[in-house]
Amino acid sequence: MKYIKFTITLVITLTIFYSLNNKLGSLPPLGKFLNPSHGVWQNELTESQNNRNVSLQYLSDKVIVKYDDNLIPHIFANNDLDLYRAQGFVTAQHRLWQMEFQTHAAAGRLSEIIGEPALSYDRSERRRGMVYGAEQQLKSWENDTVNLAFIDAYTDGINQYIHGLTSQNYPVEYKLLDYAPEKWSRKKTALLMMYMTKMLAGGDSDLEYTNFLKKYGKERFDLLYPDFFDINDPVIPKETDWSNFLNVEQTSAPNTKTVLDYTKETISKPHPDNGSNNWAISPNKSYSGNAILANDPHLGLNLPSIWFAIQLSSPNQNTYGVSLPGSPGVVIGFNEKIAWGMTNATRDVIDWYKIKFEDSTQSRYQYDNDFKMATKRIEKIAIRDKKTFIDTVTYTHHGPVTYDSNFKGNSDKIGYAMGWTGHLGGQNLRTLLELNTSQNYEDYKNAIKHYVAPAQNVIFASNEGDIALWIQGKFPNKWEGQGKFLLDGSNPKHDWQGYIPQHHNAHTKNPNRGFVSSANQHPVDSTYPYYVFNDGYETYRNRVINDFFRSKDTFNIQDFKNLHNNNFNLQASELLPIMIPVIEESNLLSDEKDILSKIKSWKYNNDINEVGPTIWQTWFDKLTEITWDEISQDTIALEYPFKYQTIYMMKEYPNDKFMDIMATPEIETAHDLFIKSFKYTVTIMKDIENNNGNLNWGDRKATYVGHLLQGLPAFSKFNIPIGGYSGIVNATSQNHGPSWRMIVEMSSPPKALGIYPGGQSGNPGSKYYDNLISDWASGNYLELNFMKDQKDDADIIFSQILNPQND
Amino acid sequence: MTRLVSNFAITLILVYVLSFFLPWWSLMLVAFTTGWLIPLGKFTQFFIPFLSVTLLWMLQAYALSSANDFILSKKIATLLMLDGQISLLIFITGLIGGLSAGISGTLGYQCRTLFHKK
Repeated sequence: MKYIKFTITLVITLTIFYSLNNKLGSLPPLGKFLNPSHGVWQNELTESQNNRNVSLQYLSDKVIVKYDDNLIPHIFANNDLDLYRAQGFVTAQHRLWQMEFQTHAAAGRLSEIIGEPALSYDRSERRRGMVYGAEQQLKSWENDTVNLAFIDAYTDGINQYIHGLTSQNYPVEYKLLDYAPEKWSRKKTALLMMYMTKMLAGGDSDLEYTNFLKKYGKERFDLLYPDFFDINDPVIPKETDWSNFLNVEQTSAPNTKTVLDYTKETISKPHPDNGSNNWAISPNKSYSGNAILANDPHLGLNLPSIWFAIQLSSPNQNTYGVSLPGSPGVVIGFNEKIAWGMTNATRDVIDWYKIKFEDSTQSRYQYDNDFKMATKRIEKIAIRDKKTFIDTVTYTHHGPVTYDSNFKGNSDKIGYAMGWTGHLGGQNLRTLLELNTSQNYEDYKNAIKHYVAPAQNVIFASNEGDIALWIQGKFPNKWEGQGKFLLDGSNPKHDWQGYIPQHHNAHTKNPNRGFVSSANQHPVDSTYPYYVFNDGYETYRNRVINDFFRSKDTFNIQDFKNLHNNNFNLQASELLPIMIPVIEESNLLSDEKDILSKIKSWKYNNDINEVGPTIWQTWFDKLTEITWDEISQDTIALEYPFKYQTIYMMKEYPNDKFMDIMATPEIETAHDLFIKSFKYTVTIMKDIENNNGNLNWGDRKATYVGHLLQGLPAFSKFNIPIGGYSGIVNATSQNHGPSWRMIVEMSSPPKALGIYPGGQSGNPGSKYYDNLISDWASGNYLELNFMKDQKDDADIIFSQILNPQND
Repeated sequence: MTRLVSNFAITLILVYVLSFFLPWWSLMLVAFTTGWLIPLGKFTQFFIPFLSVTLLWMLQAYALSSANDFILSKKIATLLMLDGQISLLIFITGLIGGLSAGISGTLGYQCRTLFHKK
């Protein structure tokens, strides 16, 4: 009897132990997770004085870190190596989980953490050559020993932090998913660069365009997807004179046929709204006579935030701005002499090549009337609780064969290889680190030269009164039309024949109009001597911004704030006056009359308390959907024309054959579509009003900032009251928008404002995790405390001293 | 009575001290040992270590989270689908510790009866 009882108890004990020590489904291991001494209760902590002083190896001198009242660290070191080592340590202290997770995502390693559901994602990352691209970057860095030493110091700082951790101090996400941080490396920093490159230059529509071309022909294509819209207010002012570009040679077009293939499914693309605004005014346009610069990069709204604000001070630099956790230096910011910012240049830097293999072993492919050897890269994808998945990716001289019979393709002898500037390596970090220490326009111009991808509109202002904007990246010098559609991988003339020389990248310095700006619009007008095709250029934010700066003589800081928070919906203002008269009021029911009168009285501002934007957006989205039913209902992959062109078609070609709804017997025109989509909108408005009690835009849009881990609701922030939308200067849509707003006046010393939708701490248990969101939503800014030296103690809540370790 | 009190107190103190050096399951070792060395009655052999560790973990959890205005516990209580109820999260935390201790105490006691022929 005793033995039976004992055995039963033993089994129960072991079962309890096992089930509390292991993950069960999506539940964390509850014993580990909930015990007060090591579990999640240990993360119930707001950063404070308790972060005691520490000793770090390899420091040559004491480093002082002062935290201000928003937990922004101000690091004071006596040399740059100490500075970057400290930056690595301090960043890891606040953002370790995020740093590692983002680089795991870039490396196609999420299956290791999340399990099999991430496998398809991981495969596409490997097959687009993310790890290969990171390795190419590492190779380029090796020639630049100065900056490599900084990267290594930064890496070591992170690793010293990780080394000092015990499992009870792991960030909460590690405990939730039951895994442990691994060592940081140069390669992880390179992977972070790839993460950004994919985010900003990882999209293209070549295969969709090829499908369209094959199905509808060139004339239709050119009408719906033009190289230039009928209006153009480019990044580089139209009046720019290109005649000093001597010996420019755009590659001449070969007389070859377009490869016409149908593709059913393409790999996932970055968010189409990934973009930004920046602008700077020259002293004569400034209220104070100092140049003023502003920037707001529009990215996915995530927690922990993509940005980490920091001040970096050493005898060589005093720089303030936002950094990317995982990369040394400041990415967007200012120092005593200059300020700089970035928006995405949105250029076509991905081209697809059709590869014809000799046989299904994929060891050789046709090229130049011969065969060329391919190489293979074995991608081992570890999967949590499952066997490792092995994917073999064939590499050609164009790049990795992303699509083949193993992945989204259907023939083992045909593949599509990806040519991408993201695979070219390059010294982007050198550019960023040199910008940190730049003192004037010449320094800036030299710093940006090394930058390859993702191409950026790098804006500049200095305390000497210069303003400038360079569109910097490495751009293939393409022949007219090259890379718009699928290319022939066997034809040497379809290879990229060379690159636009860096000094011929479009740029402007101190233009007559007194301001420079960019908002992801067309970089240039058609007089620029190289081929640039329309890869989804913005046509609304840029016009609002430029019109604003043309509207008066001088501008002050409040003007800058107002522009950041400008909710004017130019798109609606250009189409609604045409749509509304089409709706005949006499034929309407009372509900319909009510909605019509509401939209009529709207002044085109996407403010949170307006109902106009709710009506407009539903109306326009439905209108787009029924206009392009030919596209959305096709079984091959196609893409809607850009919004500007959609509206252009409705205005200029209301009887175009695409206006017809295929599913109905009658032939519709744009006017019929206005009416149909209006009636639909009225029913939706009734539903919304019944469910929410109002039609307010803020409630309808329901902006949220989602936790990086699949938007874990418990760690996210919902229903943030902020206006705007995609295509509006305040480009805040539901989960996307201004990820950092910065305004810098180049006085001596500079005065700067900044805010981002998050908080400095990566710990959901800290009050600094999301404390900046409400100020961001209200259009407020932090006055950035640009400390002159470490003795300046205003707003400082505590200090941390990093001592050199004596051993 | 003294046995009850000493089992309770010694379990509590040892679990607390060992938690600084060993993972969470050290409490199972402690309860097993005290169950063996300080034998109690049939039900109390489960109940006393259960009570001891439940109380300890709940107190610790409360102390840690109240010091930070329950910012994280509120989120964890949402994450674990406890409807954001912090008190429920603290209670479950205690229950998990208590259950592991109670069953280990019982096992320790039963082990003793196997080896110590009365």
